[in-house]
Amino acid sequence: MLIKRPADIVPSDITPRALFDTRRDFIRAAGLGAGAALLGGLPGVADAQGKRGDKLGPLVKSPFSTDEKLNDYEDITSYCNFYEFGTDKSDPSKNAHRMSTRPWTVSIEGLVQKPRTLGIEEVLKLAPLEERIYRLRCVEAWSMVVPWVGLPLSVLLRQVEPLGSAKYVEFTTLADPKTMPGVRSAVLEWPYVEGLRLDEAMHPLTLMAVGLYGEVLPNQNGAPMRLVVPWKYGFKSAKSIVKIRFTDKEPLSAWSRAAGREYGFYSNVNPDVDHPRWSQGRERRIGEFSKRKTLMFNGYGDQVASLYTGMDLRKYY
Amino acid sequence: MQARASTAAPPGRSARAWTPGPAVFRWLWRIVWLACLVPLAWLAFGAYADLLGANPIEHITRATGDWTLRLLLVTLAVTPLRQVTGWHWLVRLRRMLGLYAFFYASLHLLTYLWLDQFFDIEGIVKDIIKRPFITIGFGAFLLLLPLAATSTNGMVRRLGGRAWQRLHKLVYVVGILGVAHYWWLVKKDLTEPILYACILATLFAVRLWHARRLRAHVAAQTT
Repeated sequence: MLIKRPADIVPSDITPRALFDTRRDFIRAAGLGAGAALLGGLPGVADAQGKRGDKLGPLVKSPFSTDEKLNDYEDITSYCNFYEFGTDKSDPSKNAHRMSTRPWTVSIEGLVQKPRTLGIEEVLKLAPLEERIYRLRCVEAWSMVVPWVGLPLSVLLRQVEPLGSAKYVEFTTLADPKTMPGVRSAVLEWPYVEGLRLDEAMHPLTLMAVGLYGEVLPNQNGAPMRLVVPWKYGFKSAKSIVKIRFTDKEPLSAWSRAAGREYGFYSNVNPDVDHPRWSQGRERRIGEFSKRKTLMFNGYGDQVASLYTGMDLRKYY
Repeated sequence: MQARASTAAPPGRSARAWTPGPAVFRWLWRIVWLACLVPLAWLAFGAYADLLGANPIEHITRATGDWTLRLLLVTLAVTPLRQVTGWHWLVRLRRMLGLYAFFYASLHLLTYLWLDQFFDIEGIVKDIIKRPFITIGFGAFLLLLPLAATSTNGMVRRLGGRAWQRLHKLVYVVGILGVAHYWWLVKKDLTEPILYACILATLFAVRLWHARRLRAHVAAQTT
């Protein structure tokens, strides 16, 4: 593993640390011949928080964090489903460096009192950043434990004062054919769209992640900001979000549009409702040899089961 | 069967086709034999040196499946290739290629039974019944069993060439089931299954085209 979990940083350390990190970035970029640093302008202190490897501390610890063993930084950043960069799990880590995450804005609109467009820098300042160690369960029956950094999505959503008529939230992600080779193929309809019910979106577990392992989120994991909804299959957690829209109709997500019988709107982790083509009863935790049993709501039932009381979860899969 | 094909082939092609001498053929045979072991060696080395990525078991499952399908298609390509090039000696490599396809299919199945299901019989039976792509893959493997079992010279003699050939037509079914198995399991990106399906269809088309040409040729000779 390359990167260790960060030690707590005292505020007076931040400036020299950032300078040091940007210098290291420059050397690394030059060494890899990546050219990314040159395309995005030479790294300076001003955008120190935009580069991979930059620390995001100090972070608030969260009671929602699990104490399970973390997956390696290496595994989390090299085994990704991010079809905009290719359908192979190693494609995103190879191709995502071409995406530019600064400047970045997210527009929050639809059924709201005050539609707004926020820059990523503003989003980072909305609330103290928290570390949330969550289980991630992919619909393909593998799982990881990931130390995300982010802020509750509800903090972001409250900025625009949603109207009473808003029932759902739709997330649209970046689709740039120039930097995302996967967008040039019609494997899904682009841009990638996901959606949540308003109460799911406002739930305290639902996170807008901006970092990983205490550092700025790597591009292949959905930089600069991505959703993390830990009780749902991974594809619900849309990456590289550019638009959030409040609606009164259930959004049609990219996967539901592509194969609605296999990927429903809710897509809650549920060991009793199999994917039509494979079992969801067990999962392989990355790094482990034998499979483990999948938990209802990915183990977050205590917090979220009440959202679905009275619903037939076989019907609303 | 080689003799039958060469006497019936249109004249002027097979007569001039290149044929390796016995020593060269022996070397060719050894090279192919070793080449077919490279994917396994690579997997073994990758597992040892931790090069198989975050999910090595998935990697092994996919690699053994890929190589089963590739070797099946290579085996199925022998006859069309012979027909097009007149290289009838290729048929002497076919048994080895077919057995390697069976070998990788066995590894693929073993990976599933052991590393994926841990020999949980109940789970395996449920999977085979409930999941169409597993049903198809398992069916394809069962069809390969009699082919592998009758691959020896003794078995060919015992069955008689004609019955043996008829039995081994099953390999076409295995090829189709193999591609369908892959087609059905991918989440969304069908690029590779489509590629395999196209190769399979091309091989069938060459066979049909050749059979047609042969019929026309025979008809022209008899009238």
